[in-house]
Amino acid sequence: MISDDLMVPEPVRVLRRQQELETIWTLELEPGPAGNRPCLPGQFNMLYVFGVGEVPISLSGDTGQTETLVHTVRAVGPVSRKLAALKPRDTVGLRGPFGVGWPITEGEGADLLIVAGGLGLAPLRPAIYHVLRHRERYGRVILLYGTRSPGDILYSAQLEAWSKRPDIEVYITVDHADSDWQGMVGVVPALVPTLGFDPEDTLAMVCGPEIMMRFTVNALRGAGVEDGAIYLSMERNMKCALGHCGHCQFGATFVCKDGPVLSFDRVRGLLNLKEF
Amino acid sequence: MKNIARIVCEHPFFKDLDSDFCNLVSGCARNVRFNPGEYLFREGTDADHLYLIRYGQVALEIAVPGKPSVCFQTLHEGDLAGVSWVLPPYHWAYDARAITLTRAIAMDAHCLRKKCDDDPALGYEVLKRLLPILTSRLHATQMQVLDVYGTPEQPE
Repeated sequence: MISDDLMVPEPVRVLRRQQELETIWTLELEPGPAGNRPCLPGQFNMLYVFGVGEVPISLSGDTGQTETLVHTVRAVGPVSRKLAALKPRDTVGLRGPFGVGWPITEGEGADLLIVAGGLGLAPLRPAIYHVLRHRERYGRVILLYGTRSPGDILYSAQLEAWSKRPDIEVYITVDHADSDWQGMVGVVPALVPTLGFDPEDTLAMVCGPEIMMRFTVNALRGAGVEDGAIYLSMERNMKCALGHCGHCQFGATFVCKDGPVLSFDRVRGLLNLKEF
Repeated sequence: MKNIARIVCEHPFFKDLDSDFCNLVSGCARNVRFNPGEYLFREGTDADHLYLIRYGQVALEIAVPGKPSVCFQTLHEGDLAGVSWVLPPYHWAYDARAITLTRAIAMDAHCLRKKCDDDPALGYEVLKRLLPILTSRLHATQMQVLDVYGTPEQPE
């Protein structure tokens, strides 16, 4: 617990800032006085830019280390733009960690199919770190990553390093490319039927734009993966992060408190509802 | 060495096809190879062959005026390159370029169409195998058109 009052942000300093892509930045934050609290892959913190506002940002670093908190931010609105512009030694308000993370314990003994789209690789990266650190606990591990173009590949150096490891299969595909690109082109759900995995022994973790997740879920179900073995990280307008305000309510589920990682059987009827 | 009928019948597109049908369609087939950079077919030309890819990687590309071609899909071992041979006017709608050394089975489209026309049961089998490919490409196109990885301005 970072504070006795979960609604009060604790000021922490930015230690490092790295540009990943044109609008995407990774911030390393000092963990603050209560930095020894456990963070789990898939959880998020509320980051407050003083005088501007507060946004939920998933942990994107190795939650097995406690020296820093790592968050990858896409500058898409007034708060995230200010957040992404913070410099080392600037101060940001921190509340968290919040939410239910990836099923890394439930997945032990099973094959893991990790499917990320675009910035959705950021919330999955802590789970990948965890799995690779405890590699003996898992069966076959497959990472599918899809994004817009070769220039939009997030953590490209890290993906390249993972792809050289013998204990994880990494497949990267882009929606479109020019003729210089030697890799795969096509949408990430289309890769699912080509993998030849055992659906009864596979747990899938999916994060990306919701449309991409819907198509991926269809592909996973088509391949025979059970609804309860498909986990999605949902993104909703989280404000209090405690399940009190209702901004992120998704049917009977509060994404901030019950999620953001939810099994597909819990959100099956809600995923394709129109929202305004 | 495998004969052409066996190679055709082992390709995922024709896998588990009735053996009589398989022998029939194999009469339209021959082995081909393309070096990196060679085109399997070009946009606007006659769609007189379809290609069952056995090895390699092929880029499907659309020419954009004033810009480099855009690749919208890559094909790999087990894939089918080209569907324009099925429907008139039998012209390719895009380019197909070998990225790596590519080995394929080229099937004469006139020959295959005639055999499908002569035997509707074979034609139905071929169409049943084509439809999932077309559906999958339609879904992929939907996602690509929606540009789901774009960066829309969001209220925060």
